[in-house]
Amino acid sequence: MNWQPKTTLQVLQLRAALLAQIRGFFAAHHVLEVETPILSSAANTDPQVENFTTTFAGPDAAQGRQLYLHTSPEFPMKRLLAAGSGPVYQICKVFRQGEAGRYHNPEFTMLEWYRPGFSHHQLMDEVEQLTRLLLAQLDLGKSEYLSYQQAFEQYAGLDPHQANCEQLISCAEQHGLKGVTGLAKQDRDDWLNLLMSHVIQPRLGQQRLTFIFDYPASQAALARICPTNPLVAERFELFLQGVELANGFRELTDAAEQQRRFLEELQQRAHNGQTATPMDENLLAALNYGLPDCAGVAVGVDRLLMLSSGASEISEVLSFPIGRA
Amino acid sequence: MGIIRKQIVQESNNTMASYSTNEFKRGLKVMLDGDPAAIIENEFVKPGKGQAFNRVKLRNLKTGRVIERTFKSGESIEAADVVETEMQYLYNDGEAWHFMDQETFEQVAADEIVVADAKPWLKEQDICTITLWNGAPLSVTPPNHVILKVVETEPGVRGDTATGGNKPATLETGAVVQVPLFVNEGELIKVDTRTGEYVSRVRE
Repeated sequence: MNWQPKTTLQVLQLRAALLAQIRGFFAAHHVLEVETPILSSAANTDPQVENFTTTFAGPDAAQGRQLYLHTSPEFPMKRLLAAGSGPVYQICKVFRQGEAGRYHNPEFTMLEWYRPGFSHHQLMDEVEQLTRLLLAQLDLGKSEYLSYQQAFEQYAGLDPHQANCEQLISCAEQHGLKGVTGLAKQDRDDWLNLLMSHVIQPRLGQQRLTFIFDYPASQAALARICPTNPLVAERFELFLQGVELANGFRELTDAAEQQRRFLEELQQRAHNGQTATPMDENLLAALNYGLPDCAGVAVGVDRLLMLSSGASEISEVLSFPIGRA
Repeated sequence: MGIIRKQIVQESNNTMASYSTNEFKRGLKVMLDGDPAAIIENEFVKPGKGQAFNRVKLRNLKTGRVIERTFKSGESIEAADVVETEMQYLYNDGEAWHFMDQETFEQVAADEIVVADAKPWLKEQDICTITLWNGAPLSVTPPNHVILKVVETEPGVRGDTATGGNKPATLETGAVVQVPLFVNEGELIKVDTRTGEYVSRVRE
């Protein structure tokens, strides 16, 4: 039996200190710590994210009621914002089916916060401020801010908004990615994702924080489409040492557009042969009521800890990774 | 050993086995571009929002070349019927090297390409590890240590057992290894086949 922890006492102490620093930072910035349910009757509809499911049996659920473990606390946090919470943050475990590897554990710790009145650029500034505080011992250089387009032009030599599938495929081949099994020629965003994760990302954030912003509108997720440039969504990510650390949005507040995206994702799920998942009607109702204009971001706490402790695998910073859970 | 191997062969023949990316791990034998290959490294790559991939390093078991391939997570790949088994080296008929399973007495013949790096260490009756693909030999690994006779070397320097200094010695299989100065023709020596280095003298 592998009853012993995978990590060291030193890393456990580092995690505790990191969490205390995060709480201190938000207390000083007057952002309220909140908790939202881990179990939800609605699920994430994103075809690229799979939900864990469980069943509640008890009062009002004699036949058993299917519930989903949240993949992110985003929807209920937005319901709090719509109800007038003001700026809020949360540190919680989130759950993603099927994800395990060097940088993935099916349950992991997420820090998520929302800033009413912030643009995605203002929020990137705050993410930089907090990350520098948490990784003070790393001696990071001046941060880099690149648009998604600039990053592709610099590292892949093409314009991600104009390039067609053939150009993306030949670019992948030039970078040694031949015969990628299972990728269909016409899945443009999958090819962009392949180039991003295999060619560009490993070179981002070398001894500094690199923010990539303004993702293609087709990868908007829950971000607002830029009002002056319909090609891009107001979404950003943060990378350090080639590791994806954060993902943020100028949040979509339009209920009709949100519903359209949910339905589109469900359609894609059906097309892929994935199980249908119930969309969050409560979120749609909250957006209809009125979500304040805001920006929000999710940060992977375990990966922060990996970088701050020099660990090469996420399992080194978890007390009991999935193999010992 | 022989019986276990037979079961594996039968299973994979009956079911045309395949492996999904979730089964990928170091050492797994799969078919890649028509050749058998072994997975050396498997990395799960997934952006928070976006397609998951498995980035895999494989060794082509025929050529030894290392290949990098990316799979969309969830895809499958055909399993290769590759097994390792211990067999006794019998003899070389000038063209092929013959080996025998000591339990089933089944024999296989390996050509020069298959024997390759093992050739200088093959001594009749030694037990080698043979990698079989669809029952045919793919590679031969000699024992880690073999005992071979020195057939040619400069005369020994008597008494000089302490100081360094080496000289080449040709062994009965044709292999040439560096040996200490005190080793003489006709003596038996133990050689590490993984490094090709002299280990010790052996008394007959």
